[in-house]
Amino acid sequence: MSEAASDTVEKLRGATVINEIKKSGIKHILSVPDLHTSKGLLHPISVDPDFTHIRVCKEDECLGIAAGLTYGNLRSLILIQYTGFLYAMNAIRGVAIEQKLPVCMMIGLLGKEPGVPPNESRRFGLRIIEPILDVLGIPHTCIETDADTPRISAAIEEAWRTSRPTAILIGGRPEA
Amino acid sequence: MIDRKKALELLAARITDEIVVSTYSTATDWLSIIDRPLNYFSSGAMGLASSHGLGLALARPERRIIVLDGDGSLLMNLPTLVTIGRVAPRNFTHLVFCNGTYEANGGHSIPNPSVDFEGHARAAQIKKTFTVNDLDAFKDRIDYFLHEEGPVFGSIKVEQGILGPRSYKDMYKGERRAALRSALGV
Repeated sequence: MSEAASDTVEKLRGATVINEIKKSGIKHILSVPDLHTSKGLLHPISVDPDFTHIRVCKEDECLGIAAGLTYGNLRSLILIQYTGFLYAMNAIRGVAIEQKLPVCMMIGLLGKEPGVPPNESRRFGLRIIEPILDVLGIPHTCIETDADTPRISAAIEEAWRTSRPTAILIGGRPEA
Repeated sequence: MIDRKKALELLAARITDEIVVSTYSTATDWLSIIDRPLNYFSSGAMGLASSHGLGLALARPERRIIVLDGDGSLLMNLPTLVTIGRVAPRNFTHLVFCNGTYEANGGHSIPNPSVDFEGHARAAQIKKTFTVNDLDAFKDRIDYFLHEEGPVFGSIKVEQGILGPRSYKDMYKGERRAALRSALGV
């Protein structure tokens, strides 16, 4: 494989992810910063006029805001780190799942080893994310490279079609 | 100190097409006074009423959003004031009914009943704030907090209400959320 081809296959570009987010009709981004997605996603999103970016203090705030936005049929994306996902568990349970709302979460897997499935990571906090999502009944997909990114818009569309939450795990570190 | 139910009765007599977001004891009192499709009951996680309200304010800029919060609830999501202060929705009013207790959970004291919620709101850059301690003062503020450009924050000093189990089953049922969506044409 040539170096150029290798670049195409293995990289995850923030711009590719952002294009998928836009393709999904997402206008509101609700975020708590995550080093994993900071440079490739959050910084460009924060200056992108196509988005309304709301910085919140704690991840569970996002669940209430996202729920309220659905009453205007406004699609939002919650951009957080996996630790914030764990922190906000009760709000995810009580608001997104039990109220059957299309809450879309993009969760950065800070520290995950490149190319290693989350549930095989050396880090305990990362290994438990997918099993927890399975117990909660939340569909999830893990994005490692640009080749995976079409699954982002597909997941968001499915969440809105079925009025159920979804989790998009960002395994690869998005490049700026 | 104010009888919360009497204050809510005064408010109920004045509202028209506002979306009213309420939670826990304030919500059960509110529902007993006025049952309408434009009621939104914050459920699922304590403390998030104002966050739900913020999302609604952004989603429905043509409507006034009135959040009826509790002091115990707000303490579980105090940073919401910082977020609201930054977003500064013009159609948003946040009223916190302060009785110093977790009334819905047995009447235990909040960690510090003398906390200054209006001070917290002002520190979070919410510029239009007030505190009222009697029913006449609350009544005098209704027109202001219904119509003044937001965000508006009010701390309402109330007596502890009736302790004991309150039923939320009817309040939280999906049909109510569907009725609100229908009323909003969603």
